[in-house]
Amino acid sequence: MTGELHQLQRRMAAAVMQPLTLDETMRKRDRSGRDNHAEAAGFIRPNDRLDSFERLEIYNRQYWFRLFSSFEEDFTGLQAVLGRKKFQALMRAYLESNPSTSFSLRNLGSRLLEWSCDNPQWTAPLGELSQDMMSLEWAHIESFDSASRPVLPVETMTSLSEETQISLQPHVRLLKLHHAVDNALIALRSDSGSSNSSSNSATASRIVRRFRAVSGVNHETIYLAVHRYEDTVYYKRLRLEDFYLLQAIQEGRTLMDAIDAAFEFSVMPEAERPGYVQSAFQHWMSLGWLCEVTSD
Amino acid sequence: MPANRFNGFTDYGVGIGLRIPHYRHILEQKPVVDWFEIISENYMVDGGRPMTVLDSILDQYRVVQHGVSMYFGSADPLNREHLLRLKTLARRTKTPWLSDHLCWGSIDGRYTHDLLPMPYTLEAARITAAKIRQVQDFVEVPVVVENVSSYAEFHMSQMTEWEFLNEVVEQADCGILLDVNNIYVSSQNHGFDPCTYVDAVPAERVAQIHIAGHSKFEKYILDTHDHPVLDPVWDLYARAIERCGPTATLLEWDDNIPSFDEVHAEALKANRFLQAGKIREEESLRNAGMPVEPELEPVR
Ligand SMILES: [Fe+2]
Repeated sequence: MTGELHQLQRRMAAAVMQPLTLDETMRKRDRSGRDNHAEAAGFIRPNDRLDSFERLEIYNRQYWFRLFSSFEEDFTGLQAVLGRKKFQALMRAYLESNPSTSFSLRNLGSRLLEWSCDNPQWTAPLGELSQDMMSLEWAHIESFDSASRPVLPVETMTSLSEETQISLQPHVRLLKLHHAVDNALIALRSDSGSSNSSSNSATASRIVRRFRAVSGVNHETIYLAVHRYEDTVYYKRLRLEDFYLLQAIQEGRTLMDAIDAAFEFSVMPEAERPGYVQSAFQHWMSLGWLCEVTSD
Repeated sequence: MPANRFNGFTDYGVGIGLRIPHYRHILEQKPVVDWFEIISENYMVDGGRPMTVLDSILDQYRVVQHGVSMYFGSADPLNREHLLRLKTLARRTKTPWLSDHLCWGSIDGRYTHDLLPMPYTLEAARITAAKIRQVQDFVEVPVVVENVSSYAEFHMSQMTEWEFLNEVVEQADCGILLDVNNIYVSSQNHGFDPCTYVDAVPAERVAQIHIAGHSKFEKYILDTHDHPVLDPVWDLYARAIERCGPTATLLEWDDNIPSFDEVHAEALKANRFLQAGKIREEESLRNAGMPVEPELEPVR
């Protein structure tokens, strides 16, 4: 039923989504060696000023400019880690193999970490630092606009038993990282979520953003909660015990299990543990992190 | 004519697009604005600041939703998650109508995030109209389609853009968001007379009008929304108002966004045409012996 329209749209999408040259023009030949002038002429009418290739090129450039702009804004930290040239190469490689499958540009970077682990050549020799940074930047995007559920009532909190299950706010993201990328990123970016205000306008040329490098990011294991408080995203350093406790809560384990998990790798003296647990929960309550388990 | 079944029988005046750089000004200064248009996709999220801001805006202003990625013209089926989120948002905003573009932009589940032009064929019109109906049935709000700016035309097209638009809206029985800047941009890129287009549009289906600025290059014009409205676009706007009556009008400004006041002042220039339209409308009512509505709302 959708024969001709479907075919045309496949053909045009393939052309529009093919990589640009380094000068940001449309390639003369596509990957399979086919002449793009002939391909464009096959389905696009020329006019008195532009041939078919040039008309198609407008869309080819728009496509990439929009994606580049969105990706660059979402991953300023990664760009600062890798440097402009390496970042550009990584961005093109990632976007070529991971075209958007969401109606929202916000999700453009959703597969970046996984892809980067599978394709270490694009970040070497800064693989671990790069992956730390992309994890943090993606967590920021997710935390910015994810749901916020009603907080656990204080009454519930005072009547908790060992078998009780509670859950964490969806906007709390827990990260174990190997570099102090939190401080580096705070210095770099303003508070916003994904860049990705959708709009319906065209961009005349590629937006070149101010580039800032980071250097000397400390190599240390850090535990972080990326969370939202009064609509602002914060990066909060956690103790090892906090991290494992919160992670167990997030996984849906009972309170008793979660508390066990907290101390699995802990060197905290036994005597201090009950006091720690109590004050930790109080603190998280004050941040609104804890909520009831819901069926979804 | 302005209030019709395609815009929920509303009579909105001049609105502007709600954009992030203006959030603070609007929330703190509470300027008088007839209505705001929001890009639906920017609020189809689960929480956080976008929703907090939207709720504050909804407390004080009328909001109409405008989408950029439903892609009525795509051969792909509609995206269910998208539809669900759109409906949830529409319940929240109580938008009297919602719009998206007469275009495609995704195929086989891959999104270009662009507004790609349609081939003007009967098959494409049929598929597009069916999808518009599906969205309308699902979201339960009148859906209106907007003509896009385009930079290419297809060999397979069997009709003009305005014939295609008419075919689609007839089959879908939906309204039109007439973007006069897009008509102008496309007319320059494809060499047709923009007045022919405006004159061919079924006036009774026009629910809303867009005005915007564009950028002229050596060989084509790009729909950049980063300038004040240019004179030829105001001329087309005047013609559209003459044909359609004083219709809800919105200025789009998406790039190099100046201060709120500057954008608003630019939008309010439309009032001159709307007032003239109202006077014409009254005269024709009087001539037909019909009662004229009491007082016009003052120009804001
Ligand atoms: Fe528009």
